[in-house]
Amino acid sequence: MEAPLLHLALVGTPNSGKTSLFNALTGSRQKVANYPGVTVERKEGFFVTPLGRQVSVVDLPGTYSLRGRSPDEEITRDFVLGKASGEIVPDLVLCVADSTNLRLTIRLLLELKRTGRPMILVLNMFDIAARRGITVDVERLAKELGVPVVTSIAVRKGGTADLLALTDEISAKLATEPQENSWRALSVSELRATQREADRIIADCVSLPARPDTWTARIDAVVLHPVGGLIVLALILFVMFQAVFAWAQPAMDLLKSGFDALGELVKATLPDGLLQSFLQDGVISGVGSVIVFLPQIILIFLFILLLEDFGYMARAAFLMDRIMGGAGLHGRAFIPLLSSFACAIPGIMATRVIDNKRDRLTTILIAPLMTCSARIPVYTLIISAFIPAKDVWGFINLQGLVMFGLYATGIASALAVSFVIKFFMIRDYAPAPFMLELPDYKMPRLKSIAIGIYTRAKMFLQRAGTTIFSMMVLIWFLASFPQPPAGSTEPAIDFSLAAIIGKALEPLLAPVGFNWQIAVALIPGMAAREVAVAALGTVYAIEGGKEAAEQIGQVLATKWSLATALSMLAWYIFAPQCASTLAVIRRETGSWGWMAATFTYMLVLAYAASLVTYNVAVALGAG
Amino acid sequence: MTDHDDTRPHMPLGLALRGYTGVIQHLSTKDTDSALSDIELESRLIELGFVEGARVEVLHEGLVGRDPIAVRVDSITIAVRRREAMAIIVA
Repeated sequence: MEAPLLHLALVGTPNSGKTSLFNALTGSRQKVANYPGVTVERKEGFFVTPLGRQVSVVDLPGTYSLRGRSPDEEITRDFVLGKASGEIVPDLVLCVADSTNLRLTIRLLLELKRTGRPMILVLNMFDIAARRGITVDVERLAKELGVPVVTSIAVRKGGTADLLALTDEISAKLATEPQENSWRALSVSELRATQREADRIIADCVSLPARPDTWTARIDAVVLHPVGGLIVLALILFVMFQAVFAWAQPAMDLLKSGFDALGELVKATLPDGLLQSFLQDGVISGVGSVIVFLPQIILIFLFILLLEDFGYMARAAFLMDRIMGGAGLHGRAFIPLLSSFACAIPGIMATRVIDNKRDRLTTILIAPLMTCSARIPVYTLIISAFIPAKDVWGFINLQGLVMFGLYATGIASALAVSFVIKFFMIRDYAPAPFMLELPDYKMPRLKSIAIGIYTRAKMFLQRAGTTIFSMMVLIWFLASFPQPPAGSTEPAIDFSLAAIIGKALEPLLAPVGFNWQIAVALIPGMAAREVAVAALGTVYAIEGGKEAAEQIGQVLATKWSLATALSMLAWYIFAPQCASTLAVIRRETGSWGWMAATFTYMLVLAYAASLVTYNVAVALGAG
Repeated sequence: MTDHDDTRPHMPLGLALRGYTGVIQHLSTKDTDSALSDIELESRLIELGFVEGARVEVLHEGLVGRDPIAVRVDSITIAVRRREAMAIIVA
């Protein structure tokens, strides 16, 4: 009979290298989901031991103790105790430690031992410790702790061989008698006593060299300098956005010409008619216009993952803490807000690192105001159609300046909204503590970066393949049916459902300068912002023929006034045009009310901004 | 530890300037201005390694009001606001 699946759980403090060990053990055999009822990400992976035992391993959220002071930490506690609903009690807990920094993990391990679960202490990053002159008496440590200890180098090939062998050895002896669970929340004095015990064991088993990591100290001297640090941060952000806009261009052009060629091929091979129109206008130009943004999304995630792995993100939070505090934001909000420039969804999910509820809520409410990558297609299209590519003051490109202005307006309004929340809604506000470990810098590892980018790119493409695709089919259908009566002379689209819906909405949107085509595009734009571009493309393509689909920018330039274009840009800074973001807000706040609040305030801001922009522009003669 | 004998005055880490080195004498969370309860603040500080006898060094300060501070606690670096660091008595 085959042995049953062995269940492992990875527990450790933040920055212990848990995730790189998880990646090393499972490679790409990973499954990411949520724990039932809560929004904590559940990462499970699979592998086979040298002796052929099938293993499932769960990467639990990092924690310093089992007290469970945030949803993440509660999951870790309940999972280890076997109280997490719908979860199997782990057969074996792997407590992962950064070998260069054992104090906090040994204390956590002493606490974990009380749960009575079989356990292994994994001394990860053992190579870095050895290089720094740290020596660990592994045998003695195991004896003192009463727990098997194994060293590992997660980032090196074969670096986990000892761990795998030990897992085999221990799992063969498992399931004798269940151990007693004597864990309960530690009092302050017990906590202190445990830390003392941990420090005593470390003093006995580990010899630390006097010198700390010199590289980290040298880099921090610059990067955490009160003024120099902020300049470095600004430079990093500048390079990041420069990269996203400039470096991604060749790859995007390549993708675009690929889709154009595909459309041409369809046009050439299929006879004129509904099927050809469906494939070319609906599917290829619609989905293609969204997939084109894959290079930008990969680049922005590449930067975020690199900075995270390197250890810079905690430093950025340190630098920004007081500055953001002025607007009522927590320093830790910086990371989620920065991620929101890629997409508000991972940004909002990243707010889980903020353990104060109010700080977290404020961050969630303003995250959608950060200019996400889905707005890029809309901005790029309108800017290139309406804003001349001339230089101002000799060296600044006007189009780039407008783009920068849109980003800046987003950030400024996010800060303003946060300020308003702080003053009017959450009055008895006491700033939550900012306590954060600044880990030693580490060379980012290609493999874990690659796995990270792969999962995100996959998510984006799945979205393009499902949500966006179905929206495009819907738009094409609405714009194509009913077909015009035989012998009519007006454009076919005037008879369609899309025109009927758009014209019904037109009176509402006329004050901000939107025509019925925009009204039609805004509806599927609810599914995802970038769909609006594709929808405009489809609507104008069916209205104006094939050349319109290929040159949508030029078509817009002839159909819209400058005032309408500017109004549309203002609309997109604020509009809550993303069903997935709203769904994530609902999930993360656990409340329909906050979702509705976000939707309403953004819609009001969007309408107001467009109204002002349109009327000012018309008054200035741009109507 | 001749440079940290009992004659050195005790002070809260929250008042220490960049470059300060010392040893934690005790934690006193009673009269701090923190949003956390006394017990919660004390637990968190211990969990981050701020225990009696640990050597601390103020490595960096923020721009606004020299806040927050980055503190070396034995072998790790922790960022903390001065408000919470007031609970850590050093000498």
